[in-house]
Order: sequence, then C-alpha cells, then structure tokens
Amino acid sequence: MSEFENTIHTICESYGGDRARMMDIVRDVHEKYGCCSGKAMNLIARGTGAHRVEVQSVVTFYAFYSEKPKGRVVIRLCNDIVDTMFGIEHVARAFSEELGIGFGETTADGRFTLEYTPCIGMSDQAPAALINEVVVTSLSSDSVRGIVRTLRESGDPQKLVRRLGDGNNAHKLVRAMVQNGLRKKGPVVFAEMESGNALRKALALSPVEVIRDIKTARLRGRGGAGFPAGMKWEFTRAADGDRKFVMCNADEGEPGTFKDRVILTERADLMLEGMAIAGYAIGAQEGIIYLRGEYAYLRKFLENVIENRRRDGFLGKDILGKKGFHFDVRIQLGAGAYVCGEETALISSCEGLRGDPKTRPPFPAQKGYLEQPTVVNNVETFCCVARILEKGPGWFVEMGSKGSPGTKVLSISGDCNSPGVYEFPMGVTMAEVLREAGADDVQAVQVGGPSREIVGPEGFERVICFDDLATGGAIVILNSSRNITEMARKYMDFFVEESCGYCTPCRVGNVLMMKKLEDILDGKGQLSDLDYLHDLAETVKTASRCGLGQASPNPILTTLERFRPFYEKLLRTHPKNFDPSFDLRAAVAEAEGLVGRKSAAIET
Amino acid sequence: MTDSITISIDGVEIPAETHHTILEAADKAGIYIPRLCAYPGLKPNGSCRVCTVLVNGRPQTACTTPVMKGMVIQNETPELKRLRSNLIEMLFVEGNHYCMFCEKSGNCELQGMAYRLGIKTPHFPYLEPKREIDATHPDVLIDHNRCIFCGRCIQASKTFDGKNVFQYIGRTRNKKVGVNADDGLGETDFAATDRAAQVCPVGAILKKRVGFKIPIGKRIYDRSPIGSEIEVQPKDAGSAQ
Ligand SMILES: Cc1cc2nc3c(=O)[nH]c(=O)nc-3n(C[C@H](O)[C@H](O)[C@H](O)COP(=O)(O)O)c2cc1C
Ligand code: SF4
Ligand code: FES
Ligand code: FES
Repeated sequence: MSEFENTIHTICESYGGDRARMMDIVRDVHEKYGCCSGKAMNLIARGTGAHRVEVQSVVTFYAFYSEKPKGRVVIRLCNDIVDTMFGIEHVARAFSEELGIGFGETTADGRFTLEYTPCIGMSDQAPAALINEVVVTSLSSDSVRGIVRTLRESGDPQKLVRRLGDGNNAHKLVRAMVQNGLRKKGPVVFAEMESGNALRKALALSPVEVIRDIKTARLRGRGGAGFPAGMKWEFTRAADGDRKFVMCNADEGEPGTFKDRVILTERADLMLEGMAIAGYAIGAQEGIIYLRGEYAYLRKFLENVIENRRRDGFLGKDILGKKGFHFDVRIQLGAGAYVCGEETALISSCEGLRGDPKTRPPFPAQKGYLEQPTVVNNVETFCCVARILEKGPGWFVEMGSKGSPGTKVLSISGDCNSPGVYEFPMGVTMAEVLREAGADDVQAVQVGGPSREIVGPEGFERVICFDDLATGGAIVILNSSRNITEMARKYMDFFVEESCGYCTPCRVGNVLMMKKLEDILDGKGQLSDLDYLHDLAETVKTASRCGLGQASPNPILTTLERFRPFYEKLLRTHPKNFDPSFDLRAAVAEAEGLVGRKSAAIET
Repeated sequence: MTDSITISIDGVEIPAETHHTILEAADKAGIYIPRLCAYPGLKPNGSCRVCTVLVNGRPQTACTTPVMKGMVIQNETPELKRLRSNLIEMLFVEGNHYCMFCEKSGNCELQGMAYRLGIKTPHFPYLEPKREIDATHPDVLIDHNRCIFCGRCIQASKTFDGKNVFQYIGRTRNKKVGVNADDGLGETDFAATDRAAQVCPVGAILKKRVGFKIPIGKRIYDRSPIGSEIEVQPKDAGSAQ
C-alpha cells in the first residue's frame, strides 16, 4: 500500500469503516490533503463499502468539501447582508489585491484560496471571515493587509489571533478573537447555573412526568418554527424503535443569527443538561450535536465540556446513580450547507449522506436518524428544558406571553449602537428591542432572517413571540440609507445558492425570481413584473418540498407588501408586448461576431 | 395490516387501502393526478412536485403521502393547474429541451405533460445552462441537457437492477446525475438491458442506434394524451389544445 492509500485506509478504520460517518471521513481527508480527490473517493468507497458515486455525492454537496485541490489556507469571506453594510467591498478588494487572485480562485503556488461564504454567525462583528477554522472579525482593508502578511510569513491562521475574545472565547481550547457581545442576560438561558441541578430533579420524576412538565411550561422550539417541544417528545417516546436519538440543532445558518454561538460558548453545560433530560424523557441513550462547520473552532472546547460531564456522572452509564439510565453525546460537524439546519436534512447529514431533506411523513419522531425515533431541538430549546426542570414549569410560564412563555435570545445586528446577544422576555415589542439596541434611525427590521419577514415602522409595536413576530433569533436593523430592493436581491441570491436542488420549485423558481429582480434593479422592469413575481412566489411557496423553499419567496413577498414604492420607482409602463428586459444588442452579438460586422438595423 | 377506507378526490368518493399513497389510490380509481417523477415499483422521490394536491386544504405531494381515512383531496383546480404549468415550464427553461429534433419526442413525459396542460411556450426566460453529454458507454447515452432530476434512474438501478450506477452529485442548480466511475458511464457495470435504461421520462438516458425506430406520429403520446392510460374517462386529445 502506498502512503496515501494507507492514510485513507486508517481514516476509514478510525470510524470503523462506517459509511454513516462519511462526513467525518471526508473531513479528515480534507484536513490531510486539502481536498477529496477522485483517487481518495475510490479508496473511501473501498474502506466503507459505499459506492464511489455515493462518496462523490457527499463531497460535492457541501461547500467546505471539494474534489479539486484548494489552497493550504482557504479564506472564506462572509458576504452576508450585514457584512455588505459594513464595507465588505473594500475588504474583498484588499484580499484580492494582496493575494493577486479573484474570488473562487487559488494562487498559483497552491497556498491560498479565496471564496465567499454566506453568514458565518458573526454579524455583530462584521465584516468577518473564516480562515481555515479560524474566525477573524471586524475586518478592514488595513487589517486584511496585515492578515495576508502574517499568513504569508507563517502559513498558520492561528497566528492571526492576537487579542482573545471575552469569556470562554479566551479558553485554551478555543483561543478565538470572537466577542460574545452578550448585552442582556435573562433568567432562563444566561442566568448562572450549577450542573446537575436540573438533571437531578428530572431523574426524581418519571419520564412521563418530565414530558408533562415541558408541556405545562408550554415550551415551544426556539429554532424558529415554535413547535411545542413536549408534544414532539411525547410522539417520539410513543414511537416504536430499537434505539432512540436526541439531536441538538447547532447549525445556526439563518443569516443574521448568532445567538447559538454564544450559548455554545457560555452555556454548553446547560444545553447538555437539557439533552440528557430529553434522553431520559423519550428513552434515548444517544445524542448528537450537529455543529455547523463554521463553528468548528468550538469543537475541542465542546468535546472537553462533554468529557467533563462524563467525569462528573452527568453523561455516560447509570447517570447520577440512576440504574439503567445511560446517555452519551457526540458532535457531528457540518460542512457549509444552510439547508442542513432543516431537521430532516440534518439527519441525512448525520447519516453520512447529502444534506437533502427527507420525505415527510414519516416524521423524525417516528423515523429519524437511522430510521429510528428522533427528537431534534434547537440549542436554546435544550437550555429552556433544563431550566424548566430546575425551577419548575410554573416559574417558566410567569415570563413571556401566553402563547410563548419564557424568554427569547435575540441576535441583533445592523444599524444600531449595540449589536450583540440579548435575552428578552417573549412578548417584548420591537420598539423596545430597538431602543435597547440603540437604534434611532430605523427604516426597517428584518426579523427571523430572510426566511421570515421585513417590518417597517408601522410594525414596531408588534411583539416578539411565535404568534406574532416569530424569529429563531435574527434581528437585522436597516437605517434609512439602505436599499430595500437590493437587500431582497441579496437574500434571494442566498436562497439560490443554498437550495439543495432536490425539488423543482426551489431549484428553478428562486433563480427565476432572482433574475427578474435583477432586471428590475437594472431599470429593465415593468409594472406587470410584480404580478409575475407574485405568481412565481406562490408556486415556490406552495410546491416546495421543505421549509427552505417554502420560505424563500419571503424576501420578495414581504418587501413587496411593505416597501412597494421601492419597486414602483424602478418600474415603467410599456406598450403591450414590449419587453424591456429583452436586450436586442446582446441577442444579435454572437451572430454579429460570426459575420464580422455590426447589424445596421439596430440603433445604439 | 391494511384497512379499506374511503377518501374523496374532487368530490368523488373512492376506496383506498391504508398502505397506498394518494397517487396509487387515485390511479386504481381511474383518476389521473399529473406526475413526472413517480414510477410504479420505485420509492417515490417527491422531487418534481407536479403531483401536488390539496389535502384537507394543505399542499402535499400525492406520490409520497399515504392515504388516511376521510381525506378530502382537491386535484383539478385552476390554482393547481397554474402551479403545475409553472413547474413544467420551470423544467423546460432550466435545461435545454429541443423537442423538435429530440429522439424522445412523442414518448417524452415532459412534452406530453406540457401538451396536456396546454403549454405552448414557457413564459419564463430560458436559462440555457451549459451541460454535458456522456457518450462513453457503447450502447447508452446520457444527455444531461434534458435531465429533469426525477431520480428514477438512481432508484431503478438500485431497486430493479441491484446495482448502484447513479447518484446525484453537486447541489443547487448545479446538481446532476453522477455515475459510479472516474470517467463516464462506459466504465460502470451499466447495461442497455438494465431497467434503469428504460425509466427516463425524457430524452436524457437514450439507447443508441434505435432513436427513430418508431416514427414520429406513431409514438405513445401522439395517439392519446399523457394520463389517458389511467383515466376512466380519458380526455380526448383535442381538448388539450
Ligand atoms: C432551511 C432551514 C434551516 C433551518 N435551520 C435551523 C437552524 O440552523 N437551527 C435550528 O435550530 N433550526 C433550524 N431550522 C428548523 C429545524 O428544521 C427544526 O424545526 C428545529 O431544529 C426544531 O427545533 P426546535 O423545535 O427546538 O426549534 C431550519 C429549518 C429550515 C427549513
Ligand atoms: S425546498 Fe426543495 S430544493 Fe429547496 S432546499 Fe428544500 S428540498 Fe431542497
Ligand atoms: S410525482 Fe410526486 S413529486 Fe414528482
Ligand atoms: S422531447 Fe426530448 S426531453 Fe422531452
């Protein structure tokens, strides 16, 4: 065996040749060789009993994986809307100039690759970039020059971290320049905690009583959709299965959301306590944390937290002396795919497959991970679970609104003085949120990311909760200088790039909507385009297979509804059958080239 | 264990068995629900979304949704027709479909569906992607220009042929059907006799040298519109404009 064959063989062996661990195997191959070449794919296929094309289907799905070699240092500049607001174009130009390459390119010496990536969960310290696994924040064209110089000298991105962030960002297993920006601690998630308190109380109850407490607390999932957690657990508990699973959704991909990052950094214990309680309640012994690839810098730290909890008897066998209650957790790293936050896509990814969502029914509660009953909940939801068990459901329902008790952790960014993470009681008005964030010039707020809605001043008395302004946590503030139509275009671009491509409406419809929006922004729009957009949006919303496509027309629909003048001022009325988006010059250009002369009939 | 139940489609009560999907139950009752990716005997892929119906008012794909007692289903509504037309047009503009010189013309389910829905020409702009042709196999050709991502070939190779020739690679609009080899279909164990070579609804997987054996005019949908093989009272070809 050659050295190469040997290495890949060893990597496969280290996961027991289990093809369900394909994400990890491919990741390890990348760490070693910077890509997963055809040769590597053949060897992985051999080492796992998978077919080559199945390996390839995984490698080509995730943005962080590649068949072709990339630079030893991959720079991924976040091009989220908030980064755009804070001068990303200067930063991008500086990177390009310093490295002498464009985006999507690799330097000739194979040292650097430059790419764009969607929101990396750092909107409160934008512009930001990922350099291999290292996060660099608050970039400017000046800092970029220094960054490239350091990288050229040392080749080691960790050397870029000169000043450590606050809290556990400075932990020896994290060592990141990321700041928590934790500006408002509430009683549920960010209050002080003592490990074991909640778990001990839970174990004194029966599993059914634990679920009853969660239901009495009327806890709704914090990932965005607000599905009642107790009900989900009850279904999963009742479902038949040889094994059951608890999954923690730490994929946090919705642009403008970064609260889970801070919870993972500061309250990982609380979250893990909630997961163990879920395991006890539904009868699961295994848990998985699906950690987005962008947060790989937290992996060692989280593994250490898990290890400490094993040592303290909060994870592992006979937890806290409770005979027969075993529960343990592993981390599954993602690799750059927003859709993997969708719970069935997340399960596919954990199974070592493409991050395609699954057909529903069956729902994960019946057939989830490895076809077994599975609960998927958000990071924050598990924190709420632990607190409800610790302090009682009565305590929990006293906070927040009737339909949405408790608190909500918000990630606030954009045009305000104090971007960061805030834990508010549910039911707080948008006006109050804006006041605390120090936002005085506010044209609009994007609530819940592009998947949700944009709100203008007439909506600032609306309240944050699952029955009104529902949000997984993203609040992006836009001042009066921001172009709303342009923002809608950027968000559509996000959906176009992040659609898994499985179903027709989302794969094609989003491209068509985006093209039309580009035409309109180019001054080639006409009034009837608004009906065209509505019709397309309706099809995509209704016919798409998963929540991504079902929500993807929202940037257009909600801006059209609430900021229509932005569109109208770009539109003209034209004579019937005149299509302003048709470019005659461009249409005949190829023919002109062939005959070698300009067409006389076209006036220029 | 299966139970007999009743569901209603467009106001017509039909019998169904609990292990059936809505699509299967409708087929048995002679009601046609348009579809492009579903194929008898294969696990439904649920990707084309053309079979979208309203189940108790909510959109669901008929090919993946199991029947339940008392379901009230709407199939032929103006809104659903509009939705299906849009989906079919999306598939047309997304690829490069030159029906007028395509070997599959007349036997093509995409083309047939367009005729049935009365689509003359898409009102969406053509996206004109650059896609490849894989002619490495001696007997079979893959023309990615015409692929509509129904997933049938992938499933059929596994389920019918006991092989694993195909799988999707890439994502978003750049996804395509990949083959289990370094360099093209010719290197795989694929054979022209495989069932996976027969299931393509369009002209993306074609057997070589037989393209025009059956002349245009004598092909499946030249005679009667798509779906009439299922309908109890088939639409006559004329009504499909
Ligand atoms: C495209 C898409 C992306 C999603 N991303 C996330 C995510 O990053 N984190 C999350 O918790 N939920 C996400 N969700 C929601 C999950 O599907 C799921 O509802 C959630 O994890 C359930 O947990 P909860 O009930 O505790 O909120 C996403 C949904 C969709 C459709
Ligand atoms: S809506 Fe369809 S194409 Fe879009 S992400 Fe979901 S399954 Fe994939
Ligand atoms: S036939 Fe049901 S989704 Fe294609
Ligand atoms: S007629 Fe050729 S693909 Fe449909």
